[in-house]
Amino acid sequence: MKQKKKWYDYLWIASLTYLILGFFNILFAWLGLLCFFIPLLIAVIKGNKAYCNKYCGRGQLFSLAGGRFGLSRKKDVPGWMKSPYFRYGFLIFFFTMFFQMLWNTYLVFAGTKNLGTAVTLLWTFRLPWHWAYHGTFFSDGVAQFAFGFYSVMLTSTVLGFVTMLLFKPRSWCVYCPMGTMTQLICKAKHKAASRKS
Amino acid sequence: MSKRKAIVNTRACVACGCCMKVCPKNAITIPKGIHAEIDKERCVGCGKCAKECPASIITVEVAES
Repeated sequence: MKQKKKWYDYLWIASLTYLILGFFNILFAWLGLLCFFIPLLIAVIKGNKAYCNKYCGRGQLFSLAGGRFGLSRKKDVPGWMKSPYFRYGFLIFFFTMFFQMLWNTYLVFAGTKNLGTAVTLLWTFRLPWHWAYHGTFFSDGVAQFAFGFYSVMLTSTVLGFVTMLLFKPRSWCVYCPMGTMTQLICKAKHKAASRKS
Repeated sequence: MSKRKAIVNTRACVACGCCMKVCPKNAITIPKGIHAEIDKERCVGCGKCAKECPASIITVEVAES
C-alpha cells in the first residue's frame, strides 16, 4: 500500500528552484527566509514539527536523491553525530556564523564596508558570484544579506548532500539546526503546558 | 495482529518525520514535535521506518505479552 501523494510532497521542487535561482539573481536568496520563519512559527504557535514532518523541501530533495536515485550508501550515521553535544554544538556554531553574517550585512548598510559579491562556502571558501548580481533598487546591504543568506543555504545543502552520500539519505535532519531548534521550542512549550495543568 | 513491533528510542529521536512518511499503516505520529510515537495496534512490524530513520533509532522487536 503506497501513501497518496499530497501537494506538499512536491515542495522539493521549490527548494531546488531556490538553489537554481541563486545562480541567476542573488536577490532571490531572500525567499529563503521562509525556510526560517515558517518552521519557527509552526513550532511556537502549534507546538509541533509539522514543517520537518511534512513540508521541508530540502529533506524531500535528500530523500529523493539518496533514495529514489540511489546516491546514498544508506549507512548509519556515526554515534557522535546524533549525540546532543554535537546537535546543540552545531546549532550554536551555526547561529554564531549566522549572526556574524548579519553583522557583516549591517556594516554594509551602515556604509562602513563595501558590498562583497561573493558566496562563502563552508564558512571558508569565497566563491566569486558577481554574475548573479545586477544591482539593487535598495541599499547595498539588501544585496549583502542576499549573498550572506545564500551562503548559509548553499553551505547547509552541501553539508547535507555529503552526509546524504555517506550515510542515510536524510542524515542532514539529524543535525539540522532548524530541526534542533524547533524540537527545543516544542520541548519547552510542552513542558510549560504540562506544568500549568 | 503481528508480534513484531517498531520501538522508538525517544531520547535520541530528532522528530524529523521520515518514519511517518514511509509507514504503510499510518501508525506513526509525532504529536508534540519531540519524538515519534508508534500506534502498537496498527504497527505490523514491517521495519520500513527503522530502515528510513536517519538517526537509526528505531528497532523492530518481538513484543512481549
